[in-house]
Amino acid sequence: MAKEKTSHDYDAIVVGGGHNGLTHGAYLAKSGLRTLILERRGFVGGAAITEELHPGFSFTTFSYGLSLIRPEVVQELDLVKHGFMPLLMNSTFAPMENGDYLLVGGDREQNLNEIRRHSLADADAMERFDFDLARVQQFVKPLFDAMPPNVFSGDPADQEQVAWMLKHLGSAPPKVVHDTVRLLFGSIADFVDDYFESDVIKGHIASSGIIGTKVGPMSPGSGLVFLFMSMGEHDGAMGAWSFHKGGNGGFTQVLARAAQAYGADIRLEAPVAHVLTSGGRVTGVALEDGTEFTAPVVTSALDPRRTFTELVDPLELPSDLVENIRRFRFQGTASKVNFALDGPPVYPALADRTDQYQGFVNIGPSIEYLERAFDPAKYGWYSERPYLDCCVQSFIDPDMAPPGKHVMSCFTMYTPYDLRHPDGSPASWDDERDNLGDTVQATLESFFPGFGDLVVHREVVTPLDIERTTGLSEGNIYAGEFLAPQMYFFRPAPGYSDYRTPIDGYYQCGSGTHPGGCVIGSPGRFASQQVLTDLAGRD
Amino acid sequence: MRIKTTPFYPRLVELNHTGLWSHWAGHLSATRYDFSPKYEYFGIRNSAAYFDASPLFKFWIRGRDAERVLAGVMARDPRAVKPGRAQYTVWCDDDGYVLEDGVLFRHAPDEFMLTAAEPNLSHLRERARGKDVEIVDVSEEYAVLALQGPRARAILEPLAPEIAELRYFDFTPAKVAGHAVTISRTGFTGDLGYELMIPADDALAVLDAVVEAGEPHGLRPFGEEALNMARIEAGLPLIGVEFTSARYAYNDAERFTPTELGLGWLLRGIDDDSRPFIGRDAIRRELAEKTSRWATVGIVVDWLAFQELHTSHGLVPVMDEIPVPWETMLYDDAGERAGYATSLMYSPMLQRYLGIARVKPEHAAVGTVVHVEQTVNHEYLTVPAEVTTLPFFNPERKLA
Ligand SMILES: Cc1cc2nc3c(=O)[nH]c(=O)nc-3n(C[C@H](O)[C@H](O)[C@H](O)COP(=O)(O)OP(=O)(O)OC[C@H]3O[C@@H](n4cnc5c(N)ncnc54)[C@H](O)[C@@H]3O)c2cc1C
Repeated sequence: MAKEKTSHDYDAIVVGGGHNGLTHGAYLAKSGLRTLILERRGFVGGAAITEELHPGFSFTTFSYGLSLIRPEVVQELDLVKHGFMPLLMNSTFAPMENGDYLLVGGDREQNLNEIRRHSLADADAMERFDFDLARVQQFVKPLFDAMPPNVFSGDPADQEQVAWMLKHLGSAPPKVVHDTVRLLFGSIADFVDDYFESDVIKGHIASSGIIGTKVGPMSPGSGLVFLFMSMGEHDGAMGAWSFHKGGNGGFTQVLARAAQAYGADIRLEAPVAHVLTSGGRVTGVALEDGTEFTAPVVTSALDPRRTFTELVDPLELPSDLVENIRRFRFQGTASKVNFALDGPPVYPALADRTDQYQGFVNIGPSIEYLERAFDPAKYGWYSERPYLDCCVQSFIDPDMAPPGKHVMSCFTMYTPYDLRHPDGSPASWDDERDNLGDTVQATLESFFPGFGDLVVHREVVTPLDIERTTGLSEGNIYAGEFLAPQMYFFRPAPGYSDYRTPIDGYYQCGSGTHPGGCVIGSPGRFASQQVLTDLAGRD
Repeated sequence: MRIKTTPFYPRLVELNHTGLWSHWAGHLSATRYDFSPKYEYFGIRNSAAYFDASPLFKFWIRGRDAERVLAGVMARDPRAVKPGRAQYTVWCDDDGYVLEDGVLFRHAPDEFMLTAAEPNLSHLRERARGKDVEIVDVSEEYAVLALQGPRARAILEPLAPEIAELRYFDFTPAKVAGHAVTISRTGFTGDLGYELMIPADDALAVLDAVVEAGEPHGLRPFGEEALNMARIEAGLPLIGVEFTSARYAYNDAERFTPTELGLGWLLRGIDDDSRPFIGRDAIRRELAEKTSRWATVGIVVDWLAFQELHTSHGLVPVMDEIPVPWETMLYDDAGERAGYATSLMYSPMLQRYLGIARVKPEHAAVGTVVHVEQTVNHEYLTVPAEVTTLPFFNPERKLA
């Protein structure tokens, strides 16, 4: 009996084995804490998994690009040793409705040639845009890559952080500060309009401003999403995205190996029912089957709704926090449609080529196309011609499909979680799932004639499926919208952005904390710093 | 007079989207085919990629005395090499300094082929004078195709089932698309890979067959930049970068012994008096008296310090995977010269700046910190790096 108890005693417990839970657990274990990571499903990864849904074909069910993973996490957790392998995306291909295309890659001058094909003026406009953006990224990065200061606290340590932030904000040239504000609060359409005249170039850039968020490119706020997406960094190149060997599931397996190598225990099929507390202090967790584990530190890697209103009794929490969490916007609008293909899609203008598939395939040929895709979502219905961020991953990693065959991942917008027919009557994703698959397939068919004939398997993942499978509330891919009032020291709620909670020993490290969602690792990392600082201060 | 092209050129010129070529041994050699060399490099590490190594010099060394002559020239003992095996080797001058390196393929007890980056016919013939051996330069008669990467076997085996049993540094005659070739399990990338030696007239037919077989496996061509990246990760010295021939050196600072180049492992059996070879006495003295001036090591630059060096100067740190084309100075903690990096690059696989370096022996222990000179805002500053062993990258599949 005594022995049994010991094996249920930990220094720290992490609820949720997504990439943030794994990152957090790895850091805690590395610093010597006996750490337990509890994952509800039969495998780790959460929204970053790879599954062989059709024999020989590996699907990235949810996330597909290794976007913003911080190099600090890779270095500090020695992930290369455990198999970290980011594969360069060599190109971005943007088909157009008139059959033309924009194809840009890794060579500056070649890209200028390609842009000049569409607009002579947009060539140096692109250089100016890239440089202005780089200055904004450089300015924002120290804020992005640090815990947000608690501006609502009088504590001298917090005040010191606030002073640091204010000093930093005052340190940049006015243009850089102004561009930053325009991006944070304005629309990406307005921003790109200042530089470009070509529709396809504007559409290509603006597409990054709508990813995963219920905004159109013309909505204020899309600039923020764009800036966030551009903070990806690979091999020192800002804005660069890559693709992990074996998909994002390959990446979370690397994290799991690293966490275990540092000594963390990972328990699968271990859904946590609630966090145990006593006298305002955390004492452990109870699984749905009643098993209990104890620890003086428990971190929730779930989204804010689950962290504050499901894992613990909200009655134990201050009402300002609970109110803020209740009005925290999730409203997932993104879906995934994944295909197993018998051969490469054929784009008529490049019929004898496949080098256009060495990165993203962006079906968002103009700002108007994107905005029109957004229109029905405002009223609860999904796009007739959706925006698609596709990727034929087997061209980048041949191990994803049998030789000569392909897998294609299509991130799809807009598909609102709260579905209502155009006439206002209630609708359900369980009824519309296949229709959505058909809509996406028809859109692809219009750009890649014969696409349908290539399909050997199709997987449709609606916001409802995202919620059911990963636990991300309302299927929001970021565990909460990227809207200014939900970012930085407001994420997830004003006064609660320091990864702590009002319950002593209970922490949060999910994508609902700063900086936010994406495969990024920062929430897990910052939260571990907070836990370790607090533990050090305790004795 | 135009620069020569290799037998593969008619196809490669179509594939080289960049139009960038360099000159190698008097031939056009692609710098890169794709606009991004990093992409070609990932071909080597993640799927498969091929390199035109035809400009290599190739010499047949045949006759009853072939083994004796080679045993007297090569610093590594060629006598133990069985027919069907190859070995990497170097040859030295009388002072034990390395002249050049190459790969020796033993086709029969009295028949060898040597491949090398530089011409060597007169040097070899000089050593063979009066012996029963014929040395012929057949450089133009063969094309060489290096097929490298984790998918190399899956691509080649259906074409040439003969390779199934090849171990590292084995070779075999084989037929590809009806043409007789020699396939060795060798390469300069530190990965799983093969090299095909193909009679020049058959080169295009064999290349076409390989490219077709490779298509569903993501096979792509790679140029010199990607090769250079891969060989640095593999810790392989490149003549002209890590060293130059001692024969053409004006002083000893430009000369290196095998041990100084990190090739001491080639000298196994040097105390066996039955094999005198050029440079042996000097090398034995060097070993006995421990007079090596340098040790060749790996260095890995501290990631965080590199970031801070640049961000603190208002710059965005650049991770450049193209190896820097110059020597980079290294200092010890006291600011004294500790050595220099011969190669330095950012490795996309290992996510670090790393390099091959020559350091004074007292700085060679693994874990020693050296300070790498960098130019930041027009000023020489340093960033710390740790001494490591080579190679940096050595996947199991290379030998499996
Ligand atoms: C369709 C889709 C596409 C996306 N595309 C990209 C992309 O291309 N690039 C990118 O960077 N980001 C993308 N994202 C966003 C990114 O995947 C997420 O932001 C990120 O993976 C979230 O990681 P996390 O660890 O914070 O949470 P999650 O991955 O959601 O992890 C939470 C984990 O907790 C587990 N869990 C839930 N409840 C319990 C419980 N009670 N007890 C125990 N365990 C529990 C879940 O099973 C899950 O494993 C995408 C997301 C989705 C949904």
